[in-house]
Amino acid sequence: MIDSLLQDFTVFILAIFIGYEEISKVPVILHTPLMSGTNAIHGIVLVGAMLVLGSANTPLSHVIGFCAVVLGTVNVVGGFLVTDRMLQMFRKPAGQRGS
Amino acid sequence: MTTAGPLATAIHAAYLLAAVLFILGIRGLSSPKTARSGNLIAAVGMLIAVIATLVDRQILSYTWILAGVVLGGAIGTIAARTVTMTAMPQMVALFNGSGGGAAALVSSLEYRHLIAEMGTLPIDSGVSILLGALIGAISFSGSVVAFGKLQGIFTERAITYPLQKVVNGLLTATILVLGGMTLAGSGGMPVFIAFVGGALLLGVLAVIPIGGGDMPVVISLLNSFTGLATAATGFALHNVVLIISGTLVGASGTLLTILMCKAMNRPITNVLFGAFGAGAPAAAGAGAGGSGGRGATLAGQSVRDVSVEDAATILAYAQSVIVVPGYGLAVAQAQHAVRELADILKARGVHVEYAIHPVAGRMPGHMNVLLAEANVPYEELKDLDEVNSDFERADVALVVGANDVVNPAARTDTQSPIYGMPILDADKSKHILILKRSMKPGFAGIENELFYDPKAMMLFGDAKDSITKLVAAVKNL
Repeated sequence: MIDSLLQDFTVFILAIFIGYEEISKVPVILHTPLMSGTNAIHGIVLVGAMLVLGSANTPLSHVIGFCAVVLGTVNVVGGFLVTDRMLQMFRKPAGQRGS
Repeated sequence: MTTAGPLATAIHAAYLLAAVLFILGIRGLSSPKTARSGNLIAAVGMLIAVIATLVDRQILSYTWILAGVVLGGAIGTIAARTVTMTAMPQMVALFNGSGGGAAALVSSLEYRHLIAEMGTLPIDSGVSILLGALIGAISFSGSVVAFGKLQGIFTERAITYPLQKVVNGLLTATILVLGGMTLAGSGGMPVFIAFVGGALLLGVLAVIPIGGGDMPVVISLLNSFTGLATAATGFALHNVVLIISGTLVGASGTLLTILMCKAMNRPITNVLFGAFGAGAPAAAGAGAGGSGGRGATLAGQSVRDVSVEDAATILAYAQSVIVVPGYGLAVAQAQHAVRELADILKARGVHVEYAIHPVAGRMPGHMNVLLAEANVPYEELKDLDEVNSDFERADVALVVGANDVVNPAARTDTQSPIYGMPILDADKSKHILILKRSMKPGFAGIENELFYDPKAMMLFGDAKDSITKLVAAVKNL
């Protein structure tokens, strides 16, 4: 029990450092896409939703799990699509334009 | 609890791959050239994680999952395809709320599952479950309120009432007690439900006293909350990809929040609890509340109106023009008109660039996205540090719907609520042309002495309308 908790914690702490390092490199002009892109990434909670819905065994837990999967998918699909829409608008500097 | 054997190894490897792809995706976002492929890489990572989950033997039935994915996918696709760029902040808030809601529901289900299976809540999973439910629920209801404010469903102003902080403090204490009771195993389901209900209420109460102009901070903070809720869910389910991805987002949201607060030179506590922008204070100057009158006065000074023709002449014969966009540009949807004006000015040999304040608009980088939509090359978008030295050499600062971010009081008036906020030095250029709907103060509810500057000229009206007229007038010269 403690071992697995410690393993999870190790991952958690390392991820904080990676997150901090990677994000500090992002320039101001990309802050909106960054936010909406990371917004899509936390949609990974969908994986958790699928796991709990997949092992649901009462009608109520089916309903709750179903709602979780719907919300998680909205987060993932909406998040990535909207980020792509934004990024596709960021044009190259004048001269080498042409989409 | 988890699938065993080679399949489990494969699933774990797929999760690891997904996590790596997320990190590479975020790295891609650090340059405009690679950003789009970065987003795509992250999306592929997500697809891999989802497919790996589907083959997990914990999953007994696929019908509901597929139905949920199809429904959620349809909603997400339609929403993402149809939203206008000006409505982007509220869309991001809504997607964020979905994620938070999902995390809260997953935690609740895991709670039911553990109670049914073991009768009690083990302390380590218990803490993770409670954190996931708490943060997820706050993020869900807080995001919905932020959405409502941004969409104009209810007032953008900070809503305050007597004893607000006391009420929020008591609610927080109640939630902690309910959480403690749940961990101790007393009370059972009703207490857990009250715990989640309290968290939902707290999300609402925490966001209503925050005014519209502080939304960039709130949205990035809520984004970080959903990330942390996801990570907590990962602890509860012992799922590494949830922990990594949730934590990455948590760290990114926190960092952005700090950057936004620094840009305003206000501590996060002031943004969250300061009820900034609750209403116009008893300001000097008559009719500050929105009489919109021309010739409003500040200590006896009056503003100078300018005609479209005169403004057009000044712009057309300038050597360099710096555009300062603000939230008013988004409200008027004037980004395409601004680009058109910039194009004809550039055709006349005028140097045009854009000065972007970090907190202009309603989410981090809001102005950049709007101008990008209007095909403004990103190299013409300059941030505060880059552009401020250019104002001295500029002939015209064209202020479009921006107010507090160009208010010189931030430099000089120690009594001003925005004192100390780094501003764009629009007042240092030779002429200041201000497009404004009325004399109504900006979000901070304070007078802007820039409007009374002898070099300043006001062109009243809807920003898009005014710019369209300017374009026509410049063409006629």
